[in-house]
Parts: sequence; C-alpha cells; structure tokens
Amino acid sequence: MRDVAVIGVGLTKFGELWDVSFRELMMEAGARAIENSGIDGKQIGAMYVGNMSSGQFIRQEHISSIVADHAGLVPIPSTRVEGACASGGLALRQAIIDVGSGLHDIVVAAGIEKMTDVLAGVATGALATAADQEWEVFVGATFPGLYALMARRHMYEFGTTEEQMAAVAVKNHRNACFNTCAQYQMEITVDDVMKSPPVTLPLKLLDCSPITDGAACAILASAEKARKLTDTPVLVAGTGQASDAISLHSRTSLTSLQATIEAARKAYKMAGVKPDDIDLAEVHDCFTIAEIMAIEDLEFCKKGEGGKVTEQGETAIGGRIPVNTSGGLKGKGHPVGATGIAQVVEIVQQLRGEAGKRQVDGAEIGLAHNVGGSGGTAVVHVLRRGD
Amino acid sequence: MAVPRFWREIPNRYNLVGARCGNCNKILFPPRSICPFCRRMGKLEPYRLKRKGKVFSYTVVHVAAEGFEDQVPYVLAIIELEDGPSLTAQITDCNPDEVKIGDEVEMVFRRMGEESQDGVIYYGFKGRLIKP
Ligand SMILES: [Zn+2]
Repeated sequence: MRDVAVIGVGLTKFGELWDVSFRELMMEAGARAIENSGIDGKQIGAMYVGNMSSGQFIRQEHISSIVADHAGLVPIPSTRVEGACASGGLALRQAIIDVGSGLHDIVVAAGIEKMTDVLAGVATGALATAADQEWEVFVGATFPGLYALMARRHMYEFGTTEEQMAAVAVKNHRNACFNTCAQYQMEITVDDVMKSPPVTLPLKLLDCSPITDGAACAILASAEKARKLTDTPVLVAGTGQASDAISLHSRTSLTSLQATIEAARKAYKMAGVKPDDIDLAEVHDCFTIAEIMAIEDLEFCKKGEGGKVTEQGETAIGGRIPVNTSGGLKGKGHPVGATGIAQVVEIVQQLRGEAGKRQVDGAEIGLAHNVGGSGGTAVVHVLRRGD
Repeated sequence: MAVPRFWREIPNRYNLVGARCGNCNKILFPPRSICPFCRRMGKLEPYRLKRKGKVFSYTVVHVAAEGFEDQVPYVLAIIELEDGPSLTAQITDCNPDEVKIGDEVEMVFRRMGEESQDGVIYYGFKGRLIKP
C-alpha cells in the first residue's frame, strides 16, 4: 500500500442544533475541510460517509447520494459506511484503503449524525440497536447498561472506584472548555458527577456522553500528492480494525475490549511504534469506564490501573499521555457517525500545532480509537507529522 | 419486537435451549447455526441448559429500556451458567441492593415487559437469587 496523508480537516459545532438540517451540517464540515486542504472539489475522486442510523434518526437511508449531490460532487462514487459508533473510523479506514490502493489520489472521509430530530427516548432506543436485539435488549438491556456491567466487573476485579470514573468526566469537560466546537464548555467536579441522577448504576448521568448533532470531514491524499499540496501533511502511519461478538455475554472478558487490543496491535505494528511513542490520543469515552478500559487496552498503562492514572492526572493536558484533549465524546459530544472522523480532526490539529489552549507541546505522533457498540467493532489509527 | 421474530425464538427462550457441538463438545448459548470453534467440521444439536448459574456482573437500571418502564429500578446481570455459557438476564424477586457478583441464581420463567403494541406479552427467563 502506498503512503496516505491527511491534507485537510473540518468540523461543525457539536450540540443540540435544532435549526440546522442533516444536509446543512454535512456541507458545513465538508466545506471547511476542502477550504482547509486548499484543493478544488474537482480533484476529489471518491467519498466515504460514516453514519450509524439516518434511517432511525431522520427516516432517510441512501444518504451517500444526498451527500454527493449536495456537495456538487456527482458523479464521483459515494459510499456510506456503518459500524454503529465506529462508523466514522471505518469510513476513514475505507478512504485510506482507497487512496493507498492507488484507485484515487484524493478521497473524502466524512462522518455525520443528526440525532435531535427525534425525542431523546427514541434516540436512546436507536442507539440500543447497536447491541444484540435478540439476547440483550429483549431482556431489558440499555446501551449504558452494558457499559455499567463492564464498570461493575472492573470495580470488582481491579478496585476501580466511582470517583476514578468521575475523574474522566471532569478532565474531559475541562478540555472541552478550550474547544469552541464542543457541546459542553463548562467545568464539572467529581462531586457533580457523583451526585448526578442514576442512569444504570454504577453509571450516573455525568458518566455518560450526550446525544449530539454534528459532522466532521477529512481530506486524504497520497503522501506524494500531499507534499505538493501542503507544508504540513499528517501521515497515516497505521490503521487497524477488529471485530468481536456483538453481545457482552459472548465475550471472553468484560474488563477489556478484545477488538481494541487487536486493532491497536495491528495499527502499532503497521506504524512501527510502541504505546510509549504516542504523544496524545483521542479514545472512545462514550462512558467514563470506556476511557479507563481504552487506555489500558491501548497499553498506555497497566491493566487495571486506568482509573488510578486518570485520577493522578497522567492523562490530562500536560500529563504523561494526554487523552481526549478535544473534550472527548463526553465533553465535545458524540454524534455517533461523526465521532471517528472528529477524533482524527483533533489529532491533525494537534500534530500541526493548531490546537490553541489545548495544544500538547511537541506532539509528533497521535492515536485515534473508535469503538462500535459495546465493543463488537474497534478501529485504531496512528498518525504522525509528515513534514 | 415483531411477532414472527419472537415466535421463531420461542423454543430457545421458553426452554433455555442452546446448542452442543458434537465435534468439540462445547455448549453454546444463545444458539447458533455454526460452531465458532469448528466451523464446517462442527455438528450442532439442541441442548437444554441446566437452570443454575452465578452472577458475573450486574447493574441497577434506573433509566429503563423501552417497554420496561414499569419495572425500574431493575437489576440486569450477566449470568455464568453452570453449563459454561453466559447470558444477559434480569435478577427478579430481589431488593436491588442485595445482588452481588458471585451470587448463585436459578433461572425462572417470567413475563419480560409490558404488553407490546401487537398486544403480545413476551416471556423469557430471569435469574432469582438462591438464598442459603
Ligand atoms: Zn465445535
């Protein structure tokens, strides 16, 4: 496979955006990415759009055609990619494979979810379709409930505390304060999390990522082309993807996501780097326990110590390995199909030194980790400065 | 859940029937068409599971899944069955505060949720704590 680079990124405001439509959201992110890359739309060869469930959220399937049409990019091939909350990360990977194969020189990887056109209860039910309808949801499982089962077992096996989980939310909200695109630009305390209403114990409201509208876009090019187009290309050093059983009860562990471990192993190997080499990471913190498990599974710390290192500030900006500098899914918001692309937007901005008050000094190598459902799919990307 | 979709699974849901592979002897639940360990070499046959197990993890649900609103707070658990496989089920007839990891349970037949839009009441298994 030939080398691939990211040459432009764009993000919309994340939040409950009642005055903006699906189509407007996608075009806003796309236009920003094109402008950021400095290319002309005519140079684009293909596009991949990550989206979990436009059918349930806006009663519209076949959005690949809509996006190509509204972008003025017909007749280029446009493909929707779905893997629940990992849809964006998978779309990025398909775009990388497309450019890497030599099929096209410039390809768009986009992600979008418009979640607030339905009532909150309907949105929650739609998200639950990422779990096993026959053997989990049928007996009363909710999506947060599945992560709560992981949290309880993690507490049992490793002594992880609810306060340590709360520390994840506190850190990510603090980071989000410096991100103008974030849904929540407000600080919270451990006490706020502990006293927030119970959702599915041990998870409380402030342990959970919100329902969010948003879109994100990245423009990819062959590394050769990228060097002609920009002085600050960001190279895709590694990509890894893995699957696991959709239902928790069919997995070998409740305290690790095997799909994350396997996807990370592949991405690290392809990039030729070790976990120690990573300067910052965006990880899939759909619930606070998910970030604790992710930093363990990505080997940023020992298994079982994710809560402890978070509480000690090792994952804060300025810490040993800053995690979710963007605010993460918790603070920035989680428009599910857009999340995987939005993570890469943050990594690219950091590696270019454009992250403002969130900037990690001297960042050279970054990692993005995107999970579908409760861990049935995981995708990991390693990016590095290409100048 | 649509009626035919539920009806297809009735033997498995109402009798706790999984599958046993005649090639590797593994017991599988929920049932599958292919043994994931032997694939084409596997020989799956129906297997009625023993109705005993242990709580592997649990959560107390305060914000219910659709159709379960009248049951909050309820305990949702992963139960490791004596036969090997695990399943997700509610723990019934208990005070939510008394459930612990490692507790022994027996599987009992219960109504699952409210009457559905089709007017059908669904049944299935829940765990009940075995008190010493
Ligand atoms: Zn077998």
